[in-house]
Amino acid sequence: MGDMSEFSLPVRAFIKTYRWRRIDPVPWAPLKKPLSESRVGLVSTAGLTLIGQKPCSKEVKGGDPCYREIPWDTEVSQLVENHRSESWDHTGVEQDMNVAFPLDRMRELLEQGRVGSLAERYLSFMGSVTSPGRMVRDIIPLACDNLLRQEVEAALLVPV
Amino acid sequence: MGLIAAELERHGIPTVVIQLLRLVAEKVRPPRALMVPFPHGYPLDTPNDPAKQMAVIEAALELLEDPALEPPALVDFSPEARG
Repeated sequence: MGDMSEFSLPVRAFIKTYRWRRIDPVPWAPLKKPLSESRVGLVSTAGLTLIGQKPCSKEVKGGDPCYREIPWDTEVSQLVENHRSESWDHTGVEQDMNVAFPLDRMRELLEQGRVGSLAERYLSFMGSVTSPGRMVRDIIPLACDNLLRQEVEAALLVPV
Repeated sequence: MGLIAAELERHGIPTVVIQLLRLVAEKVRPPRALMVPFPHGYPLDTPNDPAKQMAVIEAALELLEDPALEPPALVDFSPEARG
């Protein structure tokens, strides 16, 4: 398990005392058909953008809730990591973006027939949004519409 | 991440979240989460190790396929059990 001991005392205290939004009731959508026939999407909060794509802002108080679209056929060498938080070790992502945004693994799932198809565009948030009001009200519904328009039928969500 | 998952599930898209801190998962309650034993920054295990990364992803996909799970489904990833 990711461990609280990774963090500095102030970050540990924040995690313990922060008023996390409790999902209640917890919604539940079962697969409608086998994964081998389903279109699968990928959502990340690793703050990754394409080279030349405007990153989310590191200056917005409470965190920038924006997201960027990353095409499914992007090479990991074309990504830049812009995450604002220094409370996690960025070394692994710098070595191999797949450890947080598995572009190559997703294509392998398609080649193996493990999934039926891939979303045309994955979604990349920055995370570390400590004031999620606007994100919940405005941005997450946009992201959801985005995936629905792409006819995504299952989604893998990877934090960092 | 859990809040994104919940919105997708409310609109009929099944989700599975890779989860790094149990404490956060228990407070937020994402619908379906694979709890992994890796440090922050390494949600899919080891950089440049496709087999290890795929083992985590495969375990996550299996949660999507498990009809016995009920929300919130917070399931530990155990690489030993997977060989």
